[in-house]
Amino acid sequence: MKIEKKDIEYIANLSRIELSNQEKETFIHQLSDILAYIDKLNQLNTQDIKPMAYSINTTNVLRDDKLEPPISREDALTNAPSTMGVFFKVPKVIE
Amino acid sequence: MLSVPSVAIKLLKVVNMEYEVVIGLETHAELATITKLFCGCSTKFGAEPNTHVCPICLGMPGVLPVMSKKAFEYALKAAVALNCEINRFTNFDRKSYYYPDLPKNYQISQNYYNLGVDGYMNMSVNGSIKKVRIHNVHLEEEAGKLIHPEETGADYSLVDFNRAGVPLLEIVSYPDMRTVDEVESYMQTLRKILLYTEISDCKMQEGSLRFEASISLRKKGSEKLGNRVEIKNLNSMKSVIKAIEYEAIRQSELLDRGETIDRETRLWDEVGEKSQRMRSKEESQDYRYFPEPDLLPVMIDEKWLSEIKNSIPELPLDRKQRFVKTFNLSDYDAGVLIEEKVLADFFDECVKILDRPKAFCNWITNDLLREVKDRKLDINSLLIKPKQLASLVEIIEKGTISSTIAKEVFSEMVQTGNEPQKIIEGKGLAQISDEGLIESVIDKVIAGNPSVIEDYKKGKKNALAFLVGQVMKETKGKANPKMVNEMLIKKVGV
Ligand SMILES: [Zn+2]
Repeated sequence: MKIEKKDIEYIANLSRIELSNQEKETFIHQLSDILAYIDKLNQLNTQDIKPMAYSINTTNVLRDDKLEPPISREDALTNAPSTMGVFFKVPKVIE
Repeated sequence: MLSVPSVAIKLLKVVNMEYEVVIGLETHAELATITKLFCGCSTKFGAEPNTHVCPICLGMPGVLPVMSKKAFEYALKAAVALNCEINRFTNFDRKSYYYPDLPKNYQISQNYYNLGVDGYMNMSVNGSIKKVRIHNVHLEEEAGKLIHPEETGADYSLVDFNRAGVPLLEIVSYPDMRTVDEVESYMQTLRKILLYTEISDCKMQEGSLRFEASISLRKKGSEKLGNRVEIKNLNSMKSVIKAIEYEAIRQSELLDRGETIDRETRLWDEVGEKSQRMRSKEESQDYRYFPEPDLLPVMIDEKWLSEIKNSIPELPLDRKQRFVKTFNLSDYDAGVLIEEKVLADFFDECVKILDRPKAFCNWITNDLLREVKDRKLDINSLLIKPKQLASLVEIIEKGTISSTIAKEVFSEMVQTGNEPQKIIEGKGLAQISDEGLIESVIDKVIAGNPSVIEDYKKGKKNALAFLVGQVMKETKGKANPKMVNEMLIKKVGV
């Protein structure tokens, strides 16, 4: 798969990051290399292999519906870049 | 219950009859667990902002979610109740998007192996049964709440993460509905199923039950679906109906002018009763779903599934049909009884004690509901018990009290939870069937109304009713009306 400039721009937009032209060039090469490397897997015949998303053979790790103490509001808000009163403050969301 | 026939008629009139309106609904229901989906924070509604939060639901780095078994079972229960095929292997996926109410910048949801797929729900529409297919049922986490300041020109929004991470059930229907009556029934039936199975409290005013509609129009007889428009921000069932009506008219006008319908998402404006474009398909989001690495998959074995199946009570529509078939109730009465599970349970308890379905149905659907409404009672914590209503019905049949007095006793029972016998004795309400006592009152009434007696003898039939009324009044309604009637006729002569 060939990575083009527009792919980099699309991914950067999804990730909400701004890239300079030079960075875009760098990432085109780096991402292309990574994909080419991963592409080696396509040389294998995986027709009868089930997709695997989990590397450990464990399932059904569930908890009871039991209350745990929350953290204080002060603690919750303390690392936020911006707060107002009892709330987190964010740039205006256009509805 | 909401009634919509006027809207339905309007919709039929305004939309060009050449078009068929195709409607699907997406439903979100917050599950009735006491803790959130992946952490032990409380789900209780109405808490002080940002007090039901912890590092997990705030999406702080390095924390690990652990799934609530109860939430998972509730979702499974919904999938079974909606006749879905259950994926015995199910997993959770990350749905990535940026929005300030989503602390992790992804929502843990399901995409590849939804809990339930290809189900259906039967519902009653204008007296006949209609089946709506369910595309899938899955479990995901709720987002936080955004607050937009009232002040003009404010350049910020505020976030409360108390709701973030509350377990949320999503039910996606196929576009199988064609009229607002069907949509209305779908919403009501689904709501009742969720209430009967005790999966969600379904409080629309608290946002624990929400609907989104997708609407498209096509030429009647055409198989091909038109471009569909999704409508969000529907805060009540009334809004859903109004928004669908508005959208059907908007699309039909565009099509009449030869224009095309854009596939888009629109926001409903409750106050202005109109919708506006939120985003088009071109701007639609790329969620990049991939399996959530922080959660392990869940396998559902036969034993677990059959436990869940056994925990599902008789569902509202089945119950309604049983009431009609077994007890000969009218479709309407059975519908009123099943509207609230507690009422249907109350009725079932009553008929188990005494085989008088019609009488119980009348007391519950008329008198009990009126008392509940007038006295603003909580239907889930009624003081009157089925056994007591059964006693009352027996007492009436024995003739101990008249039906008028019975209403008074019933009202007292609802207010105090006391036994009917105790109320009757305490207030001296028992019917007077003592012949001598009734006779003395009749004599007094005859002596006091000579002109009425004359009228009666001349053939004025309703004079007798007047005399009976007078006797009842003298005895404060306690005289046995049958005896009064017979004795009066005897005394006055025909
Ligand atoms: Zn939490």
